[in-house]
Amino acid sequence: MDSNKINIAPASLSSGEPARAGTDGGRDEAKQEFTITVYTENQIGLLNRIAIIFTRRKINIHSLNTSPSEIESIHRFNIVVQETEDVVRKLSRQIEKQVEVLKVYFNTNDDIIWQEMALYKVPTDIIAEKASVERLLRENGARAVVIRKDYTVFETTGHREETDALIRILQPFGLIEFVRSARVAIIKNSDGFNRKLREFEKAEPGEDVNENEYLNKGQRIFTM
Amino acid sequence: MEIEQQALSNPTGVETIEISGSVALLEALIAEGTEVIFGYPGGAIMPIYDALYDYKEKLNHILVRHEQGGIHAGQGFARTSGKVGVVFATSGPGATNLVTGLADAMIDSTPLVCITGQVFAHLLGTDAFQETDVINITTPVTKWNYQVTDATEIPEVLSKAFYIARSGRPGPVLIDITKNAQIQKFDYSGYTPCNHIRSYRPKPLIRNEYIEQAAALINQAKKPFVLWGQGVILGEAEKEFKAFVEKSGIPSAWTILGAGAIPTDHPLNVGMLGMHGNYGPNVLTNECDVMIAIGMRFDDRVTGRLDKYAKQAKIIHLDIDPSEIDKNVQTTVPVWGDCKETLPALTALIQQKTYPEWLKKFRDFDQKEIEAVINDELHPASGELTMGEVISHLNELTHGEAIIVTDVGQHQMVACRYAKLNKTRSNVTSGGLGTMGFALPAAIGAKFGAPERTVVAVIGDGGFQMTLQELGTIMQSNIDVKILILNNRFLGMVRQWQELFNQHRYSFVDIESPDFVALAAAYRIKGKSISERGEISSSLKEMLEHKGSFLLEVMVTKENNVFPMVPQGCSVSEIRLK
Repeated sequence: MDSNKINIAPASLSSGEPARAGTDGGRDEAKQEFTITVYTENQIGLLNRIAIIFTRRKINIHSLNTSPSEIESIHRFNIVVQETEDVVRKLSRQIEKQVEVLKVYFNTNDDIIWQEMALYKVPTDIIAEKASVERLLRENGARAVVIRKDYTVFETTGHREETDALIRILQPFGLIEFVRSARVAIIKNSDGFNRKLREFEKAEPGEDVNENEYLNKGQRIFTM
Repeated sequence: MEIEQQALSNPTGVETIEISGSVALLEALIAEGTEVIFGYPGGAIMPIYDALYDYKEKLNHILVRHEQGGIHAGQGFARTSGKVGVVFATSGPGATNLVTGLADAMIDSTPLVCITGQVFAHLLGTDAFQETDVINITTPVTKWNYQVTDATEIPEVLSKAFYIARSGRPGPVLIDITKNAQIQKFDYSGYTPCNHIRSYRPKPLIRNEYIEQAAALINQAKKPFVLWGQGVILGEAEKEFKAFVEKSGIPSAWTILGAGAIPTDHPLNVGMLGMHGNYGPNVLTNECDVMIAIGMRFDDRVTGRLDKYAKQAKIIHLDIDPSEIDKNVQTTVPVWGDCKETLPALTALIQQKTYPEWLKKFRDFDQKEIEAVINDELHPASGELTMGEVISHLNELTHGEAIIVTDVGQHQMVACRYAKLNKTRSNVTSGGLGTMGFALPAAIGAKFGAPERTVVAVIGDGGFQMTLQELGTIMQSNIDVKILILNNRFLGMVRQWQELFNQHRYSFVDIESPDFVALAAAYRIKGKSISERGEISSSLKEMLEHKGSFLLEVMVTKENNVFPMVPQGCSVSEIRLK
């Protein structure tokens, strides 16, 4: 993962070892799932401005969640793409460059805790008749949100495989409708954004806000 | 009006005054120091034009002939003056006609504030007459854009627009103002310029660690090589750059937008980079041991094939835009920051040096290039005229003091290669986007941006015909732009590629032109057409000495090629001399 990280510790200069590993810009790197977290102002049109950074490179956004954050007036995006780290870094820098974007992080699945929520609508009579279905639902951590005479809506949260598994389970029992939310993710190694925002509000933000991947303050955090 | 003006000029006063959104806009332009607006009126921007009627003394509005001409003029103005270009257009087609110029300004980092009229807010989304979704159309080609639907937003939005356009890495900003907001009256309490937006940091924090590491690399280099781009000019860091180059003693080459940041004949200026750049800088890119890239972005026309580009070198990249670091070429030491600040810090840490043997290598390659290419181009003994000899004569007459505006194609490469530039902000060209039709309107703006200087627009016969309606703007504004058409009766650059790579299959590159001199005469512009070697110098002299605009057409040889050339997909070291 760190093969194309650039080591510019002064020691590497004297050793004569070129500090440019992965000189093809990591083009041979394997694609994997990355979650990009973006803190932004709440601004009309910003979603489009961010989306076109992906579409201009013909990159599909696998999942997109945007919602107000814990901080008044600040929105948080979670964007999931399947790409190489090199490409994701470039995308992230181009997103962070947008005027109304405060900060961008990108993380592999190892770095985050994430969930997706899914809703399943199934006929109530089948659920009522077949005890096995109820058991299956319980085993999969689903809970009933609404029970009506004609249908019941179950909800579950989990990773993609888990919510997918329940579709397969319910399909034989007349699954009527299914919907899944985008991924929401918490970065394991993050102190949140409250303190940073106060720094951003200053004309000259302090050094700790200007994190920098080259200084290895957090492997996948970069910003100016 | 008297009383209103007084109150308006007192922005610190707490009193408010009721004004329209249109007046607030014009007050904002004045507060930002706007001297000239390039624009074209239309239905949805009429309230602003109505307000402008009372501001004729304070704001110089130039009526262009097409909105694309307006925005290119704004770009030309920004390039030569270093200020923000201001452009007005109406909604719908007026706004969409700006798109090419916005894309050009975006890729060449030109500061612009474009104001477009928009239909009434209550009509948005109804397919109203001349309604177009200009915000979404222009999002990919603007640094920032914003739609104003309420007049009270105008002062703050305009202050943000100017701040964003000119700070950090500059770029175009578009503000779309609905007609109701232009008309609406509100309590105006003055204009406060913007100098901070919490989500926007135009200048990355400078890290001394990097500067120290960069200096260490430079100090131990045997064959260092500097590449500089427009960032040096945009950052107004020409002096700092010159001091760095002279102390370090490092041979330095330029991208076309960087041309002129240090004079053409500076002893350490080794020439132009890229596809049609000089021989030495291209070949030696793959021989240098430390490459110092300053305010340039490793465009593919500069790098050629990336996986064979400077693989042996350690790369120091100075840029104000962190997203440029590692975008195309992997950096060893990134020096994020404004080069006006980072260069002096770097200069302080490097040793005073010279590299006579290494510099001689560049000069030896120059000699080969002179013998193989340049002599025939600049001093042909016989045969038809060449573009290069015209530029060579122009150099002798202007002594490198003129602003050279170029269009796109063969003449652009020839002019950029051979034009002598003594001063910064002397080279105005469409670099990144390659917009044919750029030069004539850009030259108009360039003249407004630097009225005391001679402006020569060098244009091909193809590009001239894309925006020649701006001759009308020249006529009506009565400005002095010298138009030099190098006519080879071909779309020459495409023809050159067809000759070299498509087996002479000249597909739709044969272009007929009208009588350009008669055309100029129709616009009351004096003109002349020549095709004899003996007439070049005297005709150029006549053009330069003429009071007012002048169009000189030079009939040049039809099938000349621009060399050297790095063919597409080849390494810079595979540059061809023929």
